[in-house]
Amino acid sequence: MRLLAEGLSAVRGERVVFRDIDFELASGQALVLHGPNGSGKTTLLRVIAGLIGTLAGRLRLIDKDGKTLADEERDQAQHFVGHQDAIRSQLRVIETLRFHAALLGAEPKHIDEAVATWGLQALVDLSGGLLSAGQRRRVSLARLSLQRRQLWLLDEPLVALDAPTRARLNDVCSKHLTQGGMIVAASHEPFLGDRRTLTLGFAE
Amino acid sequence: MRTFWALIRRDVMLGVRASGGAALAAAFFALIVVLVPFGLGPETGTLRAVAPGIFWIAALLATLLGLERMLQPDAEDGTLDLLRLSPLPLELAALAKIAAHWLTSGFIISLLAPALAPLLSLATSAIPILALSLLLGTPGLSAIGAVGAALGTSVQRGGMVLAILVLPLNIPFLIFGASAVAAAQNGDNPAQALIFLTACSLLALVVGPIAAAAALRLNEE
Repeated sequence: MRLLAEGLSAVRGERVVFRDIDFELASGQALVLHGPNGSGKTTLLRVIAGLIGTLAGRLRLIDKDGKTLADEERDQAQHFVGHQDAIRSQLRVIETLRFHAALLGAEPKHIDEAVATWGLQALVDLSGGLLSAGQRRRVSLARLSLQRRQLWLLDEPLVALDAPTRARLNDVCSKHLTQGGMIVAASHEPFLGDRRTLTLGFAE
Repeated sequence: MRTFWALIRRDVMLGVRASGGAALAAAFFALIVVLVPFGLGPETGTLRAVAPGIFWIAALLATLLGLERMLQPDAEDGTLDLLRLSPLPLELAALAKIAAHWLTSGFIISLLAPALAPLLSLATSAIPILALSLLLGTPGLSAIGAVGAALGTSVQRGGMVLAILVLPLNIPFLIFGASAVAAAQNGDNPAQALIFLTACSLLALVVGPIAAAAALRLNEE
């Protein structure tokens, strides 16, 4: 599978946040987006996810037979983990995970696996309101383990995570890449060894 | 389909557990009904004459309460992004939200109303029609409310905007709902008003989810 961006430009409000962005990402590759605050990292991730439209340019997810995926197929081929963690204080962690699994169309049997992968065993019965920022982040990242999907879009995945969880995230992502997955992540810190980076911003 | 039911279940859970959810809608509805005799005086004739209208006005206002919770928090906490990327079509997601809102507002009110009927001296013969009219009409109120809630997600704390958008569209429900109950109370046949009420409700349930989904897609920019 390949992700191909050609001449992408996007506006937020009245402002052009980035213009003429080209990149190509193949199976097993990760692209880390760097850039100052407001340089359009989140916007680019949301554009790739199909949550917002572009001003110009084209973005295609191409499967191994060379066919461009339609919007609905693309939704099914990607995980989007944004800033916002979609956790409610009135729901227990396990209820949140079940709901997230249902939204993805994932089998409920993968929930236990995700709980184990992200070390959430002690948290499942807590209500969302009691979680710390890092714990909320972990619950949010657990979505990645609920269903196998090719393209992962991660917005600031390292924020609020402690060292062991960072290592865990690194392991999960590396494993995903060796299995032929793709990752696009926005980060202020080096992520996944910064194998490939794209620096946004500096243009007014 | 599993996603559809999961969304209803989650929203009902939130509606029951959150302050400002189902309990508040029921309490608000009961309060309006309880306050009317204090305002209008205890004369049975007066109360009986206004009862159908009061019950329906109370239902309209009580169903407004939960609307701000319907989509606004989801837009703020990122759940809406997940909904948009989900295999469940956004129209069906809107329908699930409408169903959950109805279960935690209109449905509870419909069950509660017969118990409150004696407070306004509503004729005993009209009580089943009161409950029936609320059961038939309130799903439509939730559906129209969903359109307002979807438009409101682009406005921070759009509570009042929401009420102003939604209330005029609810007027047909008020007219047919109240006249069905009044007809039953006066010994007339309420069937015609109930049919019109049901028609309004069905129309709203078809158009509401489509319009709400369109509004949610538009809001992103």
